[in-house]
Amino acid sequence: MTTAELLADDPIWIILIKVVGIFAFLVVMTLFMINWERKVVARMQQRPGPNRVGPNGWLQSLADGLKLAFKEDIRPVLADKWVFFLAPVISCIPAFVAFSVIPIAGEVSLFGEKTSLQLVDLPVGVLVVLACSSIGVYGIVLSGWASGSPYPLLGALRSAAQVISYEIAMGLSIVGVVMFSHSMSTSDIVQAQSNLWFVVLLFPSFAIYVISMVGETNRAPFDLPEAESELVGGFHTEYSSLKFALFFLAEYVNMVTVSALATTLFLGGYQAPWGGEFMNTGWWGLLWFVAKTLFFLFLFIWLRGTLPRMRYDQFMRLGWKVLVPISLVWIVAVALVRALNNSGGFSQSQFLTIFGVVLGVLVLLSLLLPDRKVEEDPNAVPITGGGYPVPPLDLEVPKAPTRRTPVVARLPKEPVAVTASKEASDGDV
Amino acid sequence: MSLLNLAQDFLAVAQPATEPATAAPDVVTTGEAVAFWILGPLSLAGALGMLFARNAVHSALWLVLTMLSLGVLYMVQQAPFLGFVQIIVYTGAIMMLFLFVLMLVGRDSSDSIVEVLRGQRLAAAVLGVGFAGLVVGSLAQAFTRVDSVGLAAVNSSGGGNVANIGEALFTKYLFVFELTSALLITAAVGAMVLAYSDRHGKGEKKTQRELVEERFKGDRPGSLPGPGVFATANSVATPALLPDGSVAEESLSALIETTTKERLADDVADVAGTAHQADAHALTGSAPSKEGDK
Repeated sequence: MTTAELLADDPIWIILIKVVGIFAFLVVMTLFMINWERKVVARMQQRPGPNRVGPNGWLQSLADGLKLAFKEDIRPVLADKWVFFLAPVISCIPAFVAFSVIPIAGEVSLFGEKTSLQLVDLPVGVLVVLACSSIGVYGIVLSGWASGSPYPLLGALRSAAQVISYEIAMGLSIVGVVMFSHSMSTSDIVQAQSNLWFVVLLFPSFAIYVISMVGETNRAPFDLPEAESELVGGFHTEYSSLKFALFFLAEYVNMVTVSALATTLFLGGYQAPWGGEFMNTGWWGLLWFVAKTLFFLFLFIWLRGTLPRMRYDQFMRLGWKVLVPISLVWIVAVALVRALNNSGGFSQSQFLTIFGVVLGVLVLLSLLLPDRKVEEDPNAVPITGGGYPVPPLDLEVPKAPTRRTPVVARLPKEPVAVTASKEASDGDV
Repeated sequence: MSLLNLAQDFLAVAQPATEPATAAPDVVTTGEAVAFWILGPLSLAGALGMLFARNAVHSALWLVLTMLSLGVLYMVQQAPFLGFVQIIVYTGAIMMLFLFVLMLVGRDSSDSIVEVLRGQRLAAAVLGVGFAGLVVGSLAQAFTRVDSVGLAAVNSSGGGNVANIGEALFTKYLFVFELTSALLITAAVGAMVLAYSDRHGKGEKKTQRELVEERFKGDRPGSLPGPGVFATANSVATPALLPDGSVAEESLSALIETTTKERLADDVADVAGTAHQADAHALTGSAPSKEGDK
């Protein structure tokens, strides 16, 4: 019985339970993530982090959220009224919708009803996530435009360019997975990994997906749309109160969603890390799924605590000149391998032998390649490791002359004295 | 029909490929009708809003609404792949590029309502109404007679909707598909050729590296000494002093050196402290008398 058939006869109350459950899961994960992020980053920086509100400070984000809701809601005079209101809503809703196609666990029994822990299983499930992320960007872009001030506009422009570029890399990284699983449905993709996870089989795709998912969610080191040191707050500079809270929520929900998608596509979704029959049944899937998702979320925090923000041109170069070409070459390679496999001309050992021979020949050929001629420039300047010139070694530094007594500027003394006396008299009055 | 049944019907339509047996594709179910009567007016409102909005960004947003509604309509009509690709490509990429350009233009640029061509509105109205009549007439003819053929077979056999689209695209329509991509690549290359500018041409900006190398090849690798600002005074005209107390010639600003003394008189007086000093008491007019009292 496939997941789609299992889901098709869900009564309406189970669907409602799932909708509420997914919403609650995402909101709780957001509250948890904010705290976890602050604590982990604090630990990385050798300080305790939030430890006052609730047990060990775990209720800090809840308190912050409540405080945020009661703050004054400010709308700038120059803001476009409706779009300014609409933008946080647009950024928030798709973030939640995208999670509806994620398979959280396999077949379970929910109040006596056999179902699968997944809201809906579409034949184009992966595209739903991509579509939602492309709608979510509207929130950021419109917020920047509607604020009517330069910093948000710059942030919005960056965000638009960033998401368009990185969505291409993300889509291409998914192509490999779809080729191997023969389906775009998320539950089929999980099923297809019951023998071997795609992270092993398609490692380049995995690496490209992980890089572009960080770019897509505007997280450090790719958080250029809200770069604090350059753009104040980027697209949300002018936002306050609940509207700002919605942006905050959308960012963290998006993180959870892309992490869950990474789990689904590459880490075998809800399947146990090792092939245990019992461990793969029922509610155990939820445990594995959450554990794997938390791994990716930790990666987000880790990156933020480690890497400095990239410069904008470096970021674009990485997207267009590194990730996209590598993806394309990799897809061609995967298609070739699959075509050869499907034609049935080679067994696996034969295939591996051919692969090894080809690789060996390529390595030998690369050894035959002549070294690149270094151009001899007579005016060349010695260069440091960073690639920038250093002063010549024979630079002559003039000898410091003997110091004289410092010259005192001969300024008229009178006005200073007058000021002083004035001040003194002021004190008396 | 109860609300619950209706909702279930709606969900059945929303998951077409999973349940091909329950809903025959040529019958308009209640859920489909409900979806149509919600999405149809929405997409129409979007189209009208796009026409009548004064602000270019608002126009673009109305158009986005239309595109989204159309995308959802495709999904309801058992073409989920087409629906999501519509959203990703048109709403996500193309309209985003539109918005990108509109933002660069500036947010306060509204349409000009000055009539440039005489009689333009009348001609447009006549032609528009005529064209609409033709389109509606022919479409109505087409829709009342055409039934979908083989939709159920395509959605249920041979791997379903997505796989069949892929197969048709790469077997039957391969040549057309490749031709389209060639056209797009030509357009992209053309745009790049038009926009390309040679950075090493005349009057172009040098890169940071080129500037540094140029400086190092010159007679002075280091930077020029700054003026002696804040050492004894806060004027940029103050020269920097070398360790032996003499004036560093390079720190003298050519601009200031060529300025006549008269023009700098105020600054000199300022530095020397002989200029007019601001006095808060002058505002009230009573301060001097107070001082006099003492």
